[in-house]
Amino acid sequence: MELQEFISKFVETLEIEDTSAITGDTRFHDLDEWSSLSVMLLIAMFDEEFEKEISSQDIRSCSTVADLYDLIQTK
Amino acid sequence: MALLTIRNVSVRGIAACVPRRIEENADYQYLDSETLAKYISTVGVERRHCAIHDGSVCTSDLCYASAEKLLGELNWNREEIGLLTFISHTADYKLPSTACILQDRLGLSKECMAFDSPLGCSGFVYGLSMTAGLMQTGNIRKALLLVGNTQSFYASPLDKSTALLFGDAGSAVALEYDTDSAPMQFHLQSDGSGAEALMVPDGGCRHPFNEQSLLMEDFGEGIRRTSLHEKMDGGAVFTFALFSVPKSLKKVLTEFNIDSATIDYLLLHQANKFLCESIRKKVKIPEDKTPYNIQDYGNTSGTSIPLLMVTNLHNELQSKHLRLLMSGFGVGLSLGSAYIETKNLIVPELIQL
Repeated sequence: MELQEFISKFVETLEIEDTSAITGDTRFHDLDEWSSLSVMLLIAMFDEEFEKEISSQDIRSCSTVADLYDLIQTK
Repeated sequence: MALLTIRNVSVRGIAACVPRRIEENADYQYLDSETLAKYISTVGVERRHCAIHDGSVCTSDLCYASAEKLLGELNWNREEIGLLTFISHTADYKLPSTACILQDRLGLSKECMAFDSPLGCSGFVYGLSMTAGLMQTGNIRKALLLVGNTQSFYASPLDKSTALLFGDAGSAVALEYDTDSAPMQFHLQSDGSGAEALMVPDGGCRHPFNEQSLLMEDFGEGIRRTSLHEKMDGGAVFTFALFSVPKSLKKVLTEFNIDSATIDYLLLHQANKFLCESIRKKVKIPEDKTPYNIQDYGNTSGTSIPLLMVTNLHNELQSKHLRLLMSGFGVGLSLGSAYIETKNLIVPELIQL
């Protein structure tokens, strides 16, 4: 999957309003929409879309959206 | 490997009791309305029944009320009850076992075996396996399984992850030795590496109560609690449940040759609506076979499954033969899945105390 497609799924899962502002370099922890619930939504998204098991630790160790995208390859 | 088949034990009745007092999540003062609305819609809890924790209503009272009502409607001779188990993390006292106190309160025989087991979310399934397990040889003919938790006791009002989630409830299940019963099938697991994911740090022997235990600590994102409150690593619990529960349910189905199409209902511990729906989709059980009561009662720990049976399956449990697949999962970390069949149970209306 391409980064751009990942970004659209990311944006849809977290219900992010300003989609155009999200790039690979976006520091997702700083987003207005980011909350403790987001961790849960992302874990479920990775499982459903990519059949990958990621942990909240994995998410904590990522800074940018591109870091999250890389998890698809590394997990 | 704890894959158990327990024969010769039937469920005869189920009763449940919640505190009358309700806390509406929409009234929560410590979050802005947008965050609160998002939380309510994702986690699925609109309100919870919670006791005031001044000793006036304890888990034992909720279980006692359930048991009294159930025994009355079953018309059981109390002298015949040979076993009482109390599964809870909110006992009346550090010691003695609340089960002993309840043996006395319920007027059971002194020949009745009684003990506590401190378990939470997996408590009903574990408790059923332990109680039925002791009965299967026929030496104990009748038993009461009491599962409950007033776990809102442990929630810091300033920690949204628990304050908006935990509800209180107690239940009683009557079990009888019955050579005609369908076997109960269980898969039971534990994972202590996740012990800190759900924990009340102080007050036990490892970190005895001290002055520091009472200090409110700030954990960021507006979360504040003391070491006497329960901490929850939501991400860790979510990961555990999302990946372990479907595997456990599938194990019960395959090991015991159960066709999932014959299941009448999937009863999931009401942990979190988003989590439960994610689990349901992974095991491919349809929505109409997966009842929820989390919106009105919150996460009631071990009582979750029996409470769900009373609130949502009250009529069908009394009139039909039901095939039920269930899973309780959480604190420990501990997980129990089971398949049981029920027939013409006695199910009193939900009691409020």
